[in-house]
Amino acid sequence: MSELPAELKFLSSHEWARVEGDIVTVGISDHAQESMGDLVFVELPDVGADLHANDEAGVVESVKAASDIYTPVTGKVLAINEDLEDAPELVNKDPYHDGWLFQIKFTDAAELDDLLSSEDYQAQLDSED
Amino acid sequence: MAAFFIIACAFQSCSLLSSRGKMRRFDFNITLLFLGKMPLGTLRMVMSKTTILHEQHLAAGAKMVDFSGWDMPIHYGSQLQEHKIVRESAGVFDVSHMTIVDVKGRDAKLFLQRLLANDVAKLKEKGKALYSAMLNEQGGVIDDLIVYNMGDYYRLVVNCGTREKDLAWMQKQASSYSVILEEKPELAILAIQGPQAIDKVCALSSPERQAVIQALKKFQGSEHGGWFIARTGYTGEDGLEIMLPNDEAAAFWQDLLKHDVAPIGLGARDTLRLEAGMNLYGLDMDETISPLAANMAWTIAWEPVSRDFIGRDVLNKEKFSGSKEILVGLVLNSRGVLRGHQKVHVPGLGEGEITSGSFSPTLGYSVALARVPAGVGEHAEVDIRGKMVAVKVVSPPFVRHGKKCF
Repeated sequence: MSELPAELKFLSSHEWARVEGDIVTVGISDHAQESMGDLVFVELPDVGADLHANDEAGVVESVKAASDIYTPVTGKVLAINEDLEDAPELVNKDPYHDGWLFQIKFTDAAELDDLLSSEDYQAQLDSED
Repeated sequence: MAAFFIIACAFQSCSLLSSRGKMRRFDFNITLLFLGKMPLGTLRMVMSKTTILHEQHLAAGAKMVDFSGWDMPIHYGSQLQEHKIVRESAGVFDVSHMTIVDVKGRDAKLFLQRLLANDVAKLKEKGKALYSAMLNEQGGVIDDLIVYNMGDYYRLVVNCGTREKDLAWMQKQASSYSVILEEKPELAILAIQGPQAIDKVCALSSPERQAVIQALKKFQGSEHGGWFIARTGYTGEDGLEIMLPNDEAAAFWQDLLKHDVAPIGLGARDTLRLEAGMNLYGLDMDETISPLAANMAWTIAWEPVSRDFIGRDVLNKEKFSGSKEILVGLVLNSRGVLRGHQKVHVPGLGEGEITSGSFSPTLGYSVALARVPAGVGEHAEVDIRGKMVAVKVVSPPFVRHGKKCF
């Protein structure tokens, strides 16, 4: 059973989004990191890049698989988690905090309505089992 | 991460779980149709086989996956950590899913000299082991296996995913020989591997068994008290592979864990064997691939020329005219991971394909085995999801005794 903080929003493609003001922090869910196994590389967007909701924003690679990361909202990349360059395992150890991937300043709050609540995401995981 | 499950599944079924992983899913649907409404637990039992150590795996916190129809541990927490343990100290793998076939009878030697591309006549002493391909008439690899000289008979260990076709092929070839083929499902197989593996097994063995183990040379085995203990493995480290009665396996497993031998899953087994430059059947070679195009020329016994092993005619011609393709090692010095089925561009010669690729935990970057046009130089490029990336072409293995070796 993987951890699922109630305050977060999710994409069906297993990213999480923490909304604080007009800034969204993005990572991958505990379920996603567990399914992928040990991460060995994380490729993140450039700081300052303009992204559109559901654009590819990066790639996470584990020993066994590579997977694209999508941004949940449209906006400008404010920061990336530079610790992951040398320590991608932070995503495995702490996917919701130290293992965050990037922060984005969003322009259209309405996009947040398209994200899944933790209950909806849990329901999706249950149906995938 | 929309691509996540597609890619993850593709890699699971291609690189680790073999292409048969996909077939199993298909089988599952068929099973579902025929069984109608049954509890899921029942279905699982129908679906996958388990080794005698299944409960031990669950107790050790294993993440279980389907491997050619067997419910097997992929890791017990961290594949990278397990890999490191085998390179630095000692770990134990349950490989009881592999198939043991004893070949007995008056013609056992003659039969195996016809069946296998390597020559069992090399096994002069009791206990000695030999790695060989079993070929079809077209010179394609039906399976790769280990054969041991057991004194008055031979013991073969073949892959689990090829069990049915291997047994059928062996039965068919055996018809004109006086031999008995005996499968040994009553034996479990544990591989204890790593620089401290032999010492740790000795520490929990009786003085008599210790003496037996310490006398073993590399690629040699010995029987003791109903166990067959061989100094062989699939990791590039020193260690033992032990075949023992199923009803003694759990106690031995627990004893090993108590003596700081860590349980290791199939995930680390795959990265360890890749670093060691060892082929995995179904990925690096199959029935359509000649051993000469799979870096297995060293396993073919050409002498004596009078020995007419299956596939010899085709291989003779290929040896004379030269192989069009060869299996080489690739090293990626930039970020990213080489994966099976990625295309390899060889300047001036054409295209090849990665057969197995992964991140190398020991080296800290990615390595791969790839089948490429013969005559390849030191450089090539790999298409990693649309991006051409430079790689170095090397001769495997990549790691020996814990150190870079290319």
